[in-house]
Formats: sequence, C-alpha cells, structure tokens
Amino acid sequence: MSQAQTTSTRSSSLGATLGAIGRHRVVWPLAALALLFIVDFIISPSFFNIRIVEGRLFGSLIDIPYRAAPTALVALGMAVVIGTKGIDLSVGSIVAIGGAVITWRIHAGDPHLLILFIALAVGLLCGLWNGFLVAALDIQPIIATLILMVSGRGIGLMINLLYGGTDPSFTSPLLQGLSTGHIGYIPTRLLVFVFIFALLWTLLRRTALGLFLESVGGNTAAAYLTGINARMVIFSAYVISGLMASSAGVILTADTHTSDPISVALNIELDAILAVVIGGASLGGGRIYLGMTILGALVIQSLTTTILTSGMPPEYNLVVKAVVVVVVLLLQSSNFRSLTLSILARRKR
Amino acid sequence: MTETATARIEMRGVSKIFPGVRALDHVDLRLEAGEVHALMGENGAGKSTLIKVLTGAVRRDEGEIQLDGKVVEIGTPGEARALGIGTVYQEVNLIPTMSVTKNLTLTRQPRKFGMVNWREAREVAKARLKRLNINIDVERPLGSYSVAIQQLVAIARALDDDTRALVLDEPTASLDANETAMLFNIIRDLKARGLAIVFITHFIDQVYQISDRVSVLRNGRLVGTGKIADTPPLKLISMMIGRELEKTALRLVGNAKTSDAPVVLEAEGLGKRVTMQPFNLKLRAGEAVGLSGLLGSGRTEVAKLIFGALKPDTGRLELGGAPMHGSSPGASVRAGIAFCPEDRKAEGVVGELTVRENIVLALQSKRGWLNRLSRSEQERLAAEMIKALGIATPDAEKPVGQLSGGNQQKVILARSLVAGPRVLILDEPTRGIDVGAHAEIVTLIRKLCGQGLALLVASSELDELVAVSDRVAVLRDRQMIGEISGADITRDNIVHMIAGAKS
Amino acid sequence: MNEKYLPLAATIVVFVALFAIGGILYNNFVSTLVFGDLLADNAFVIIAAIGTTFVIISGGIDLSIGSMIGFVGVVMANLDVVGWHPLVSGGMMLVFGLVYGALVGLVIDFCDIQPFIVTLAGLFLLRGSCFMINLDAVPIRHDFVQDFAAASIPLPGEGELHSSAIVMLIALAAAIFIGHFTRFGANIYAIGGDRTSAALMGVPMRRTMMGIYAMGGFYSALGGVIYALYTSSGYPLAGTGNELTAIASVVLGGTLLTGGVGLVAGTLFGGLIFGLIATLINFNGSLNGAWIMIVGGVLLFLFIVLQRFLVGSFRLRSAA
Repeated sequence: MSQAQTTSTRSSSLGATLGAIGRHRVVWPLAALALLFIVDFIISPSFFNIRIVEGRLFGSLIDIPYRAAPTALVALGMAVVIGTKGIDLSVGSIVAIGGAVITWRIHAGDPHLLILFIALAVGLLCGLWNGFLVAALDIQPIIATLILMVSGRGIGLMINLLYGGTDPSFTSPLLQGLSTGHIGYIPTRLLVFVFIFALLWTLLRRTALGLFLESVGGNTAAAYLTGINARMVIFSAYVISGLMASSAGVILTADTHTSDPISVALNIELDAILAVVIGGASLGGGRIYLGMTILGALVIQSLTTTILTSGMPPEYNLVVKAVVVVVVLLLQSSNFRSLTLSILARRKR
Repeated sequence: MTETATARIEMRGVSKIFPGVRALDHVDLRLEAGEVHALMGENGAGKSTLIKVLTGAVRRDEGEIQLDGKVVEIGTPGEARALGIGTVYQEVNLIPTMSVTKNLTLTRQPRKFGMVNWREAREVAKARLKRLNINIDVERPLGSYSVAIQQLVAIARALDDDTRALVLDEPTASLDANETAMLFNIIRDLKARGLAIVFITHFIDQVYQISDRVSVLRNGRLVGTGKIADTPPLKLISMMIGRELEKTALRLVGNAKTSDAPVVLEAEGLGKRVTMQPFNLKLRAGEAVGLSGLLGSGRTEVAKLIFGALKPDTGRLELGGAPMHGSSPGASVRAGIAFCPEDRKAEGVVGELTVRENIVLALQSKRGWLNRLSRSEQERLAAEMIKALGIATPDAEKPVGQLSGGNQQKVILARSLVAGPRVLILDEPTRGIDVGAHAEIVTLIRKLCGQGLALLVASSELDELVAVSDRVAVLRDRQMIGEISGADITRDNIVHMIAGAKS
Repeated sequence: MNEKYLPLAATIVVFVALFAIGGILYNNFVSTLVFGDLLADNAFVIIAAIGTTFVIISGGIDLSIGSMIGFVGVVMANLDVVGWHPLVSGGMMLVFGLVYGALVGLVIDFCDIQPFIVTLAGLFLLRGSCFMINLDAVPIRHDFVQDFAAASIPLPGEGELHSSAIVMLIALAAAIFIGHFTRFGANIYAIGGDRTSAALMGVPMRRTMMGIYAMGGFYSALGGVIYALYTSSGYPLAGTGNELTAIASVVLGGTLLTGGVGLVAGTLFGGLIFGLIATLINFNGSLNGAWIMIVGGVLLFLFIVLQRFLVGSFRLRSAA
C-alpha cells in the first residue's frame, strides 16, 4: 500500500472506511454469494459438509465450482471482449462446433492428445472469424457475432454427419479424465480451470495486453493516439474468447461424451454476460475483472443450486436469473439511482 | 439595418456555470431586426453556450432574454421555435438517412384524417426550399447531397413564416468558396426580410463580407460589440486572442544557440487535400516552435499530419535525417514523437484507467505488448510525474476520469514525457488550466528544451506562444503563411501576420 | 425508381429466384398450394419480425420475441383449460405484449441501458415464466381453433390463403400504415438515423421509444397467438430461437441493423426467403435442419457485409 493510502485510511473516520469498503467492487457479489450460502445452510444444514466418496471430494462447496467451471471459462473470454466494448454472442455455437469436431476426430481415430489441440484450434478459427468481422470490417460486435451464433449449431450438425452421425457418443479416457476425473481428491476439471485461468491472467497482466485491451475499450481514439494498434488489440480479444469457449467446449463435450450441437451450452452466452456484469464490469467497456468474473459465475451457479436445494422446481431458475439481471442493471443506472434516492428523500419528509 | 429603441433580441447579464467552469459571465447581446451579427471567439470562449441559452438547449443560471421588448422564458428547443427563433447547429443536425421531405417536415407533417399526407408534405418541403431558391429532388435521402445542400436544407427547416431570428453556428465550416457565396446570398435575402441573424464563424474575411456588427467573447465574457465598419481586422483579432500578458509568463529569450543545433524533424511539402495545404517545417534539437493562427486555420491539422494521426497525401517527413516510413501514431511513437491532443476527453485520457496506467500508456505502447513495465517501475514513473507536474490526485490509483480538467491535461503531458520523445507536439497544452499550473507547464517546457527536446506547440493563446517559442509559424485559412523568429516574436507582429493584407 | 426501394427489389429477386430453383428441382413446386402453405407456415414468425423491424429501424434490437411466442401460447393453453375463449385470452395477451413492450422501452430510455441487454433479461423472464406455468405441451381444445384453422380464402389453382396468412397480411398492412403514414412512424426512422439530431429536431424521445418497443411486444404477442392457434397448443419451448429468425428476416428484408433505413414490406420477403429455404431443404429428404441454419448464416453474412459497404459509401458521400 502506498504511503498516501495509509495516511488517508488512518485519517478517515470509521464510517468513511466502512463506506469505502461498501463501495469496493468485490463486496456486493461476495455478499450475494454469502447470502445464497446462508440460505442454503438454513434449508439444508449439511450444505457446508464435504465428504470423501470413492477417493474424491463430495459436497455442495465442491459441486458449485465444478458445475460453474465451463460457464466461468466462457465468461472469462466474454470479460475480455466486453472490456473492449464488444460482445461475443457466438460462444455457445463455438462450444457446439468444438464438440462435433472432437467426436468426429475420435471416430476418425486421431490420437486424443492431438484432438485436444484440434478442438482448441477450432476455437481459434472461430475467434479469428469474429475478430475479422469486428476489427477489419468494422461491423458492430452484436451483429458480427450473431452470424456465427445463427449458423454455428448447424455447422456442428453437419460435422456430425461426417462420420455417419448415427451414434455421436464416444469414450476418451484423456478427455473424459480432464472433465470428470479427479487427481487425488480434487476434480481434474478444477485444476484445468485454474491452469487456464493462470495462463489467461499471465497473458493479460504479465504482458501489457490487458492494459492495451482496457485502453482501447475505454477510449479507442486516445489509445490509437498513444500508438496502440487498436484493430489488432480488438482482434485479439475475439481470438481469446474463441479459445476460452472451445476449452469450455472440451469439458462440456467430454462430460456428456457425446456431440449434441442443438442443446449443448444453450444460453451459455447469456450466463457468461451475466457473470461479467455481476462481476462489476460495465458493458460500455474499459475494464476487465478476471477474478470478479469467476465470482460472478459462482453466484450464478449458487443461485441454481439454492433453487434446487430449496425444493423449488428448477424451472424457477430462469426467472430468478432474469430478476437478478434487471436488478443489477437498474442499480448500475445513474438515472434510476437518483430517482430512487429522491423518492426515499420525499418519504422521509 | 434599423436601429430602434427595442431590439429584436436582447440578452442581459446571462451567466451559465458548468461544474468547475464559468462558461458565461454576465454576457449582454443585442440583436437588431435586419442585421447580420457576427459572434466571434476562440474555442471555449462561450459562443456555443450563449447560442444554446438563446435556443433553449441549455438553461441559463442568471440573466434575462427579451424578444421584441417582451421578457420571454425559453426552456426547450421547441419553445424557442415557437417564439420564432430558428437554429442551425454546427454539425448539420438532420437525419442523413431520411429523405429531404421527411427531414423538412419531421414532427409537423401535414395530416389528413390522421394520416400523413405525403403529397402535401412534398409540396411543403418544396415551398420551404423555394424560399431559399433551391430546387432539388426532395425524395432522395439527405445524405446523398453535398454538405452545402444539407446545410441549406437545415436552414430551410429552421425558417418558418414567422421566424424572427435565425442562428447559424459555423454554417460555412465545410463549404467551398462557391457554396459560401451561395449561402451568403441567401443570408442577405433573409436579412432584407427583416430577420435578425446571428452568424458564428472563425473565418475573419467572411465576417467582413456579410456582417453588420460583431461581438467578441473570450473566456465566457463579452470583450466588446461594435459595427464591423469600426472594427478593423487587427483590432478584432486582438480582441479574440490572448489574455493580457501575465507576469509569470514573461518571454524567456536567449536560446540563440539553437539555430545551429541539428535538425530533428523536417517536413517537406506535407499536406492533405481539403484539410491542409502543403507546408515545410523544421524542428531543431532544443527548439520550441509555436503554431499560431485563428481557430480553423490548420493548427491542429499541422500537428496531426506530423504525428501521423491524419494521413498526409503529399510530401515527406524526416526524423533525425532518416525518412519516416508510413504514417501512423504507432510508427511515430516508436520513432520518438509524442502528441498531446487538444480534446482531452475524446482523444486524450482513458477515463476508466488509473492515473498510473494513463501515464505509462505511451511508453508501454512504444515498448510493445510483450515487454511489460513492471508494476514497481510503473509506480515509480507515475509518482515521479505526479510530483514533477504537480498533479493533484490522492494517489496514482485514482481513475483519471475523476480528476479535474487541468489535472487530466497534466496526465496527458506526463504520458508523453514518460515515453522519452525526441519531438513533443502539444496541441493547446494549457487550455482549462489555472494560471499557476500554466506557469509550471511553461517552465517545464523550457527545461525540456534545454535538455534537447524539440517542441511544437499549437495554441490559441498568443501570449503563451510568445512566452515559449523560439520561432512561430503562422497559419491562415489552412495555409502556412510565414515564420517569425527570435526577438521579432511579439503579440503585434503575430497579429499583423494573421490579419495579413486586411490590416 | 427511388433508391430506397433497391434493397427490397433485391430481396424480392432472391425470393423469386429461390422459388424458381424449387420449380426446377421439384415437380409441382411452383404452385399456389406451396405458396399458400409457405405463407401460413411462416406467418407467426413474420408477424413477430414485423414488430422487430420497427425496433431495428430505431437502432435497437429485441431478443425476447421467441420467449414471448412461447409465453403467449402457454398462457392461452392454460386459460383454455379453465374455459376461456381463445379470442378473449388472445386479446388479453396482445394487451400484455403492448404493456410489456412499453415498459421495456421505458427502461431502455430512462435508465439508458442497451436494448440488447434489457430484452435479454426479457428473454429469460418470459421463457422462465413459461416453465413455471407448465413443463409440457398443453392442447387448446376450444372449437374456435378448428374453425380458425379451417377458415381460408381459395387461391387460383389448388392453393388456399389460410387464416394465419390473412392475419399476417392485415398485420403487415397495419405496420406499413404506422411506419409510413403516421408522424410516429417518421419519428422511428429519425431516431434510428441519428438519435441526437432527432431529439434536437423535437422528436419526443421517451414517448416514441415506449411506442417502438410496445409495437415490438404487440407484434410478437400476435405472433404467439397465431402460433398457438396454428399448432392448437401451448408449449413452453415454443419459439426458441425465433428471435434470431426474426432478426435475420428483417436483415434479409433490407433493413439496416445500424438503424434508420428499412421497409416493413421487406421483412415479409425476408421471412419468406427463410421459410422457402426450409421448404426446399425439407422437400429433399436427405438434407436436414442443419442446412437451414447454415444457409441462414451465410445469407445473413452476405447481407450484413453488403450493408456494411452500402453504409460505408453512404458515409463517404455525405462527408465529401
């Protein structure tokens, strides 16, 4: 902590300190997560229990990150794209295409390690396509990525036809191990997630790419005038998003060990965007919060878990999510906040 | 012109305060019926705000407005319209994707049985254009016509049968000579019909061609109003630019040694069609060269052409004796040119990023994305700059968007300095900065030059240029018309050169 | 010919060409029978797309169309169970669509949030509400459904103009009227062309924005009513992905996604092109649904790139 910060903390009153904590962006999503956990604990006192079954950890606290991992991967890529003032609607389609390619190559008899890289290359290719449309052709991101969103699942179905398409299921010790296996007591999927997160974090924060992405998203003209190649930076964001989506695709496809382009990762783009927004990033771009995005994904998964443990039918999930989106958005709107404040002030008088 | 007891429009003691800025300070403006009244002033002088108060787009904080002797309240653009005050804003504020008819009749199309009667609307549109002697196909989209025609359509929209006053905000900014002449004919015609016309422009000669009286604003205050016949160009320019010489900004003469210093940057015949006529410019190590001229004379364009933010289509540029290949900000930054833009909000700071991140941005861009500055290095650079430039911020981690304008300006300057440039281009480096900071920046500029940095300063503040420059290049109408150097750099000499033959 | 009709002409040419290709490939394809069925099968999505056309012309986007179609069907089916007449429940849902859309427009304008994200929340909300009401398809058994399905106007040849197609054509006529013969319609184009200028020219922003999304909500609800009657059931998954079909139909119909330019009539042909592709692909038994998506994506790509260069040259012209 710098000296200025230390002095300011010391000189401020307790109230101001609390206010500063309240304003910190990590507090609200964390509070939401804590609240959900408390609700879960009240409903089911065994919520925090972690057992060891068949040599691996079991319990809600393991289950939530386990289920959240694919969405969190996609959301991390989405956070990068949103940081540049863009959006990537095609992530679900990329997952679908990746799944189909994996199944196709397994049926073709490729070595499974190679297939892992082929799957990532598919994501890279999709990212290049989106990046080309947005950065080179200057098409609005929503529309540019809509193209792959519309056609991607169809492409997946076509790839399924390449090997006859009669039985799109497969077995792959390597891929299934990555998705549903465990190393020691810990699910491999979580280790994979941590590994990819570390890679992405290093790429963004140990090089200057993160700063460039954020400056281009915050003020493209200013970034350009400091000599940053804005087009290449935007391009890279979509490539990263494509890669993240395809790595989520590997986990999701291996989990069900089948290619199901129509329903795999349905609405995952919406969950990913929601995770980024809960993580405190603005859709207007300019900031990438990787850790906060994971927190956002955990909040979304905990919400689902809470609905399930509370005995509410799972159908309520979507409505609750919608309400969360609306509340978060309204809270971000300055017009709405001032309206609420003025109504409250009137009440007091 | 009819000088009567009651003016068409009389604005008295109008003030407007925006957060941190007093945009208008008790301004009086009197418009007579049947006159063209030129409103002059540099950027930020308060012209636009004054106009917006009159047309209801901005609410004034103080003062009153009278229309034909009656006090009126103008709260919205609609109310201004209803009172007979028409406006054509600087950028053509119409819808380019819609047809001319639709633009001319939007929100007040003629209706029959609740249905818009497009046949009649077309007739209305044609009639409106006919008043200005324009005959075009009203069904084509507005965007398919030249800017001049779009401008005339905007005027046609602003004119009603009962229009009493018409405000034209820089209507000639993007018109060529013929188009301007056509527009002036129309303005003369409207004047003859008894309208009071406010004409905002930065072209001095146009003011003399068309207007009857002129008012000059500077820093939100009315400097003076007078008949154009009694206001020679020299006096007018003098009213417009520069504050009175301040003690802190005394000219620091005595860098005679720079005349034989090596040439760092040389532009030869650099130019861009329409934007800037080809010019030559040399910068020597340790030399500060000023760019002077009125608003729109090409100050910013020269700076951006050299930096590569505007792509030149003629001429060449040499840096340290070697030709520059390709012109882009990226290439310039890597070669050692830094640029501080004039519009700090749109082109300068990245508001969401912190002071530290903004300060290291140009250096980081120069080093490339793989060669990241370590966090401690970033913090050291930021702390150094915050101290050196006196940037008022609690710490380096505050988002720049939350700083005051002057401090944002300093952050942009810091960013350029940190990149260690050989050539530094400053476009309006002291706009919106208080006197103390102004002196600091001027001192800093001199110090940097002492260390061998070549400096190019574009400024609308004459005294600032007089204070810092070893040479001043003077611009007029997008042309470089001459240079003044050494002891000849005085207010009067620069003003004379800008006024040119008209003095 | 006025240049604003060029994209519409291009769309019609594509449609006619596709129809001709069908005629070459298959016997009996070029007939009023196929054409009548084409209109009827795609009526619900075209109706919804008509509403979206206004939203897109205003520079916005509506992602909640598919969910609205599903939601309307589910509510109507459940009200049918308790004995409501489909016309009454359908009418109620139209009012619901109107109010819901107006609310969406209010949130977008007042809170200054991108339409994309607000309507995304709407997508969640409506689809989730479907699941909360029912998980399975519920049949609508009222006699009116059969009467509605049977009602038609014979066309020359063997074809018929089915009731859903008739509703669609009436809805289209109403939309053309609103879009081109009211001040409100002109205001939509103005907002899409340049928001700031439109406000300066005196367009009432809030009222117009609410109106635009109210129209979007109304038309997608109407699409839902037609779909429920046409399939005589309410299914919570009905209309999934239809927002994309609707948006694609609008784009194929020549409306610029950047706003300000487009014709409601174009959407009819854009939707028919999509339907025709599906019909052609279904005629050939060996092809499957994947082709519909891919061909849709390719067409979308071509039209968007085409638009991009159209708009690009447009900008250049106005700048020169």
